Amino acid sequence: MTIERFPVEASHILMFARSIGDTNPIYEDAEYAKGTEVGSIVAPPTFAQSSAQFDPDYFLRPKPGQAWFGSAREATGVKREKKDGESSGAAAGGLHAEQHFTFHRHLRPGDVLTATTKPGNTWEKEGKRSGKLMFSETITEYRDQTGELVITARGVGVRTERVIEQ
Amino acid sequence: MPLAATTKVGDSYEETIVENLSRTQIVQYAGASGDYNPIHTDEVFATQVAGYPTVFAHGMLTMGMTGKMLTNYVGDGRLTYYGVRFVRQVWPGDTLVARAEVSAVRTEDGATLADLVITTTNDKGEVVMTGDATARIG
Repeated sequence: MTIERFPVEASHILMFARSIGDTNPIYEDAEYAKGTEVGSIVAPPTFAQSSAQFDPDYFLRPKPGQAWFGSAREATGVKREKKDGESSGAAAGGLHAEQHFTFHRHLRPGDVLTATTKPGNTWEKEGKRSGKLMFSETITEYRDQTGELVITARGVGVRTERVIEQ
Repeated sequence: MPLAATTKVGDSYEETIVENLSRTQIVQYAGASGDYNPIHTDEVFATQVAGYPTVFAHGMLTMGMTGKMLTNYVGDGRLTYYGVRFVRQVWPGDTLVARAEVSAVRTEDGATLADLVITTTNDKGEVVMTGDATARIG
């Protein structure tokens, strides 16, 4: 998966900060930010995950003219045969097990990033509540407008045999 | 105040990162992050198709809210690493407390770094997320 253009914008940083309930002025007030150690608005640490907005093929975003698996008139808009023992978690693309970010520097409004994702390791584990757990890793490198590596992200997804309930 | 170079192993900080998590905040996160998976925002899909008791928060929302505690503790723009494991789902109505404890203070390439161990717990006392972070403190 490749994202060719992920423009980091102040309004997106503001919306993202609001969604995580973070009222820190470093995410919205450029005048305040000038007088701080970092010297400008920066993005919250996990902001890079919103690169999904700029992935043309991202499967968890409804697209015009394409069936969407969330509810509308029916409980799901996509009829799909489930294999025996396959969980609905798998039908929804699996669950997020781990996420890691290495920050070479923090993102600022005006950065224009590219992101390339490569598959990493895969492994299996036997879960108590969920049956067999199938893990897969992806590594995403975010580079800025000069080609410099700014964030390395490692995500681990898991598919389960059964729905995990509390 | 950001963490200073005088920080010691065992120093800690905690913060309530959300009280009575609303479904609307989960929707807000979906909109900002671009992750519109209906298991997080669509009660009909989550219960009738996916088989969950209700919708639940994106793991990345818990990581994002815990990140707020971290930046409040270490200072803005100082993290060099932040990684987590999602242990348990976070549901509407949950109140979460995020805690960081300094596990090491070390020097690397002339910079002083603090390693932190992170735990986010719900109001039943269950750990929902664990993690680690490293911050430049001097």
